Amino acid sequence: MSVSQPITVTVNGDRKTAEVEPRLLLVHFLRETLRLTGTHIGCDTTHCGACTVLVEGVPVKSCTMLAVQADGQQVTTVEALAAGGTLHPIQAAFKQEHGLQCGFCTPGMMLTSIALLQEKPDPTDEDIRWALSGNICRCTGYMNIVKAVKSAAAQMKAAAAVPAATAAARS
Amino acid sequence: MAVETPLKGNIGDSIRRKEDDRFIRGRGNYVDDIALPGMLHMAIHRSPFAHARIKSIKTEAAQAVPGVVAVVTGALLAQHKLAWMPTLSGDTQAVLATDKVRFQGQEVACVVATDPYVARDAAALVEVDYEVLPAVVTPQQALEPDAPLIRDEKDGQTNNHIYHWEAGDKAKTDEAFAKADRVVSLDTFYPRCHPSPLETCGIVADVNSATGHATLYMTSQAPHAHRTLFAIVAGLPEQNIRIISPDIGGGFGNKVPIYPGYVVATAASLLIGKPVKWVEDRSENLISTGFARDFHMSGEMALSNDGRILGLRVKLLSDNGAFYADAQPTKFRAGLFHIVTGSYDVAAAHVEADGAYTNKAPGGVAYRCSFRVTEASYLIERLVESAALEMKMDPADIRLKNFIKPEQFPYMSATGFEYDSGDYPRAMQVALDKLGYQSLRQEQAEKRKKGELMGIGVASFTEVVGAGPGKHYDIAGLRMFDSAELRVHPTGKAILKLGVKSQGQGHETTFAQIVTEELGIPAADVEVQEGDTDNTPYGLGTYASRSTPVGGAATAMVSRKLRDKAKKIAAHLLEASDADIEFDQGKFFVRGSPSKSKTIQDVAFAAYTNLPDGMEAGLEGVTYYDPPNMTFPFGTYLVVVDIDRGTGQVKVRRMVAVDDCGVRINPMIVEGQIHGGLTEGFGIAFMQLITFDEEGNCLGSNFTDYLLPTSWETPRFEMGETVTPSPHHPIGAKGVGESATVGSPAAFVNAVIDAVAHLGITNIDMPVTSDKVWAALHEKGAAE
Repeated sequence: MSVSQPITVTVNGDRKTAEVEPRLLLVHFLRETLRLTGTHIGCDTTHCGACTVLVEGVPVKSCTMLAVQADGQQVTTVEALAAGGTLHPIQAAFKQEHGLQCGFCTPGMMLTSIALLQEKPDPTDEDIRWALSGNICRCTGYMNIVKAVKSAAAQMKAAAAVPAATAAARS
Repeated sequence: MAVETPLKGNIGDSIRRKEDDRFIRGRGNYVDDIALPGMLHMAIHRSPFAHARIKSIKTEAAQAVPGVVAVVTGALLAQHKLAWMPTLSGDTQAVLATDKVRFQGQEVACVVATDPYVARDAAALVEVDYEVLPAVVTPQQALEPDAPLIRDEKDGQTNNHIYHWEAGDKAKTDEAFAKADRVVSLDTFYPRCHPSPLETCGIVADVNSATGHATLYMTSQAPHAHRTLFAIVAGLPEQNIRIISPDIGGGFGNKVPIYPGYVVATAASLLIGKPVKWVEDRSENLISTGFARDFHMSGEMALSNDGRILGLRVKLLSDNGAFYADAQPTKFRAGLFHIVTGSYDVAAAHVEADGAYTNKAPGGVAYRCSFRVTEASYLIERLVESAALEMKMDPADIRLKNFIKPEQFPYMSATGFEYDSGDYPRAMQVALDKLGYQSLRQEQAEKRKKGELMGIGVASFTEVVGAGPGKHYDIAGLRMFDSAELRVHPTGKAILKLGVKSQGQGHETTFAQIVTEELGIPAADVEVQEGDTDNTPYGLGTYASRSTPVGGAATAMVSRKLRDKAKKIAAHLLEASDADIEFDQGKFFVRGSPSKSKTIQDVAFAAYTNLPDGMEAGLEGVTYYDPPNMTFPFGTYLVVVDIDRGTGQVKVRRMVAVDDCGVRINPMIVEGQIHGGLTEGFGIAFMQLITFDEEGNCLGSNFTDYLLPTSWETPRFEMGETVTPSPHHPIGAKGVGESATVGSPAAFVNAVIDAVAHLGITNIDMPVTSDKVWAALHEKGAAE
C-alpha cells in the first residue's frame, strides 16, 4: 500500500480533511470516506456519468478523478441541492416531469443539468441533449429528462426575475 | 414549483411518484450504499481464457497481501458441496471453477479483504496455471461432430447439444405449405446483447455466526424465489434466510439469476463470521452476468396469392453459453418463443428449437421482455416485411389483411396461446393517422426518384406477459402466482406489502393507486413495501411484465376482500343490513340515501374500536393471486428513417408508438415505461452488441465497445394509445414495462429495409450499424 497523503476538500460547503491513498478515486472518497452515497458508480470508465459531481462548478466524472486531485477544491454533490430542505428547481422538475425511474443516474443527470443551466439559462432541446450526452439513463429514454431541464430553466428564470422586478418596483 | 398534486390517485390519475423524493435527494438506498460494521470486501479472480483446463491454482501471494482475510477457491467450496449450483433451467453452473474454465470471465477464485482496493490487488495475484483448449464460439460450431466437448463433467453429455423442443402442429403446417402459392423465407440472427442496468449486481451478505441467521442485501428482482433457492443451494434453513432487495438501479432481467458472486460472498460471510460485500464492476457485469438473445432463426411463411398467411415454420438454434441458465418456466425450453405467430391469424404453425453450449457466458435472461418473446416478435415482424416485399404489398396492408380480428378474441393460436383481447386494426390506424403514413409514402416515392434513401418501418407486435397461471408456468418449480398483503391502520392509513419488487417501474405509486381505486384511501396514505422477504408475502418477483398483471391483480383482490369486511362494519355503524350497503369512492352508504355515509377512514377506526358482535378485529388481509391466463399487450410502431448513401448512416427522423396495455393505472408512468423500452429497442437495433473473437474473447466488455443510446442519438418519440382491457384481470390492466423493447427493434430494422429493398437488400442483421448498411449498399453498387 502506498503512503497516504493529506488532502482538504470543501464538499458541499464543509471543509473535509483526510489522509488518503494517492490512488483513491474521488468517487470512493465521497462515497466511502465521507459516506455521501448519493453519487453512484455505473461503469468505472467515464462513460455513464452516474458519478458526476461538480468540481469548482464544473461537471466531473468522479470515477476518473483522484481524490488528491480535488485537494483544495470545492466539490458539490447531490446531497447539497436541497438547501435548507427546499428542493432545487432541477430536483422539483425531475419529479414533476417524471425524469427518473430507478434513480441511479439521477444525481449525475441533475448536476450536469445545473452546470448547463448556469452556462445557458435558456437551453434548446438540442443544447440539453448535447450537454447530457455523457450521462446515460437506461430507464427513461431521455424524453422526460429533457422536459425536466426545460421546465427547471423556466422556473429558475422566473425566480431570478422576481427579485429584479421587486428591486425595480422599489426604485 | 408546485410538485404536489390535488389528485387522489385513482386509476387514470397521473400523480407524481411517491418514491422520487428520496432519489432526487441522493437518499436512495442501493446495495453498494450499505455499509455494516466490520464489513469485508470481496473481489473475484476471473478466467482470461474462454476454454482451458485448470492445472493448478496458487493463492499464497494473494494471501500474503496485508489486509487479506481469506482466498476462496473452488476446492474450498467443494468441501462444502458448493462448487456447483443449479441454474434456473435445471442445469448446473460452476460457482468457482474446479476442473475447467468454460468462458472468459468465469469466476475462479475470490479474495476477501478489509478494503476493496486490497481485495482487487490480491485477486490479481492469484496464480492459475491453465492448459488452453480450443474455444467454441458459435452454436453451429458447437454442434459439429468433432467439436470440443464443453460440459465434459456432466454424466451422459457426449456433445454440446442441450435441448430439442417443438411447439405447434408439424403435419398441419406441412399441409399448409404444400397448398401455398408462395413461400417467403428469412434467415436472421438476433445477436447477443446485455441488459446493462446502470447499477451492476452486488450483495452484502451478513451471516450471524451466533444465530445462524443470514441477512442478504441483494440486487434481486425475485427476492422470495432467491431465498428458497439459497436454502436449497447452501443448505441453510429457509427461516434463517432474509433477503432484502433494497432500491435497485434498473434490472431488465439482469437481476433475475443467482450469480456465483452472491453465493461465494454468502459462504465467505458464513465461514469468516463477518459481513462481506461484493459489487461487480461494469466489465464483470458485461462479461459474466445474464446476457440476452443470441438466437439464430430461420423462418418460412406460406402465403396465398392474395397475401393471406397460411402457415409458419420456424427453426431456431440458440446459443446458451457454457451453462444453460435461461430464466424461464420449466416446460418451455425456448421460453415463450412459440408466440411467434404474433398478431396474425395463422392456422398452422410449427416451431423447432435446439440449444447448444458454447464457450460464452451463460444467461439467456429475458432482457426487458417475457421469456424469448422479443426474439419471436422480431422474427414474425421481419418475416411479414419480407412477405410484403415478395407480394409487392404495402407493409401496413398485409398486416391489416392478416390481423386476428377483434371479434375473434379470445383467440387460440396455432401454438397454444389463448389471446385474451385485442383490437389490432385500431392500434394500427391510430398509428398510421398520427404519422401521416400516406403522405410519407408519397415523399418516399419522390425521394426515390432522386436517388435518396428513405424508409418507413412498420411493426405490429403482440406480447404475452404476466405469468402464470401457476399450473403452466413456474420458475425452478415455484408456481408463478403473486401476492399482496394490505393492512389498514385505525386512522385509515395503509401499508401494502408485495411479493414483486420494483427496479424503477414506480410500484410505490402504481400499486397504491390500485388501493385508492378499490378502497378510496388516497394514494398518499398508502405506503408500499417490497423486497424484504421477512416482511412481505411470498411472490415470484418482477420480470416478464408480471407485476401489474399478477401483483396488481393481487392488490385489487386483497382490497376487495377488505372492502367486503368494511361493508359489514359500515352496516353496523349505519345500523343497516349488509346487503343494503353500497360503496363509492371511499364512502359506504345505505342504498338510496347517499347522504348518510361512513368513510373508509371511519370504518377503519371502527375495525379496531367498534365492531359488530362476533367479528374478528382488524382490517387486514393477504391474497395470493394465480392468474387464469396471461395478458396480451399489443401495439403498432412506425419509424421513418433517412439513410446517407455515402456513410451508411441511418437517421431516425420520426417514431410513432401506439401501445395498448389495457387499462392505464398511471398514464405518466406508463408513458415513461414505453419511452424507456423504445430506447432500449433502438439501442438493440442499432448499437448494442456483445460479440466474441474466435478465441472466445468478449469484444463488448465495457461501454467503449458496448454502445448504449445517449440523449444525443435517441429518437424523439411520438406517443399514442388505445385501451382494450384484459377481460380476466380485475382492473383490466395488461402490463407495459417491456412492450416497447419487444416491438420496436423490428420497426427500426423494417424501416431500414424499406429504404433499401428496391436495391435488392432484403436483410441486415442487428445491430444495423453504418458500416453494415454501407457495405450492403456498396455490394449493390448503390453506395456513394
